[in-house]
Amino acid sequence: MSEFRFAVNVLPKPGILDPQGRAVESSLAHLNVASVSRVRVGRRTELTVTAGSIAEARAVVDGLARELLSNPLIETYEIELLEGTSSAVSAEAPGR
Amino acid sequence: MRVGVVTFPGSNSDVDALNALAVAGVEPITLWHESPDLGAVSAVILPGGFAYGDYIRAGVIARFSPVMRGVTEFAAAGGLVLGICNGFQVLAESGLVPGALLRNRSLRFVCRIVAIKPERLDSPFTRAADGAPIHVPIAHGEGCYYADEVTLDELEREGQVLFRYVRDDGTAAIDPDEPANPNGSLRAIAGVCNAAGNVAGLMPHPERMSERVLGTDEGMQLIRSLVEGANEWETAGRPAPGTDGHVAAKARGRR
Repeated sequence: MSEFRFAVNVLPKPGILDPQGRAVESSLAHLNVASVSRVRVGRRTELTVTAGSIAEARAVVDGLARELLSNPLIETYEIELLEGTSSAVSAEAPGR
Repeated sequence: MRVGVVTFPGSNSDVDALNALAVAGVEPITLWHESPDLGAVSAVILPGGFAYGDYIRAGVIARFSPVMRGVTEFAAAGGLVLGICNGFQVLAESGLVPGALLRNRSLRFVCRIVAIKPERLDSPFTRAADGAPIHVPIAHGEGCYYADEVTLDELEREGQVLFRYVRDDGTAAIDPDEPANPNGSLRAIAGVCNAAGNVAGLMPHPERMSERVLGTDEGMQLIRSLVEGANEWETAGRPAPGTDGHVAAKARGRR
């Protein structure tokens, strides 16, 4: 078994009103930034999965992303592998 | 008759719901979130609050709590389930009612009295209402009802829109930016039900307007509707959805 670290990035779907993104846009004038537009605000979750293979680990993350971390009606998600790893869990200190 | 009210960690309107049920003359029962056993209840209310801190998205963590297994089975068997405010968010995240509740268009937490109007009076959730606008409080940050256009059309066609926010003259506040629409909900939708008609959610709090001493008891129209509907379902021998005598079969037939 190995540990794999992922990030799940969730964003409001295109076309869904994103009031947080709009609020950020409206603050840009106060910063004298005129070159920035189309701001979308999302949510990032990082997590570690213990699994036999990267495919297995990714399947777990995909399930979580679909069921818990995003709502497919209103959000999209992307899964990012942060560290592919070969560190055997059995060799780690207990309680990890 | 017993009606259950779920208490999640973070529920804050469960006691108001229990009180409103007592006012309606039924025995209110607290259902703890860690047990999937609903006991012998004839209907269930998912109350307002901030279940599990509303982390990630309001309602989503509550969706996976043990009590929701019992609630899902109860709903599938034809039992009446009413989600109020956070309870509506839990039902939407669970897929037990259609759509999603987005952050309020204003980005503000809104806490005030609004007017809503039942779209139909033949639903088990509105049967005791008189059809006039009902003045009830809202208190939420994520109450902007959203579904895609195809779904919205289907909800309208199937009579699944139960409540809309209305202006002083009783017409629907369909502009998401007008004051009578407190959160930007599409088509001014304040409450919907599932296709079978036995699971409903709404953002406003009828249970907080249950006695005259609280300012008005207008909210009792909806609590009494639930109690009457549950009573009829029990009297008919707990018919399953789609069968004769089930609330939804009747509701669809009238439309």
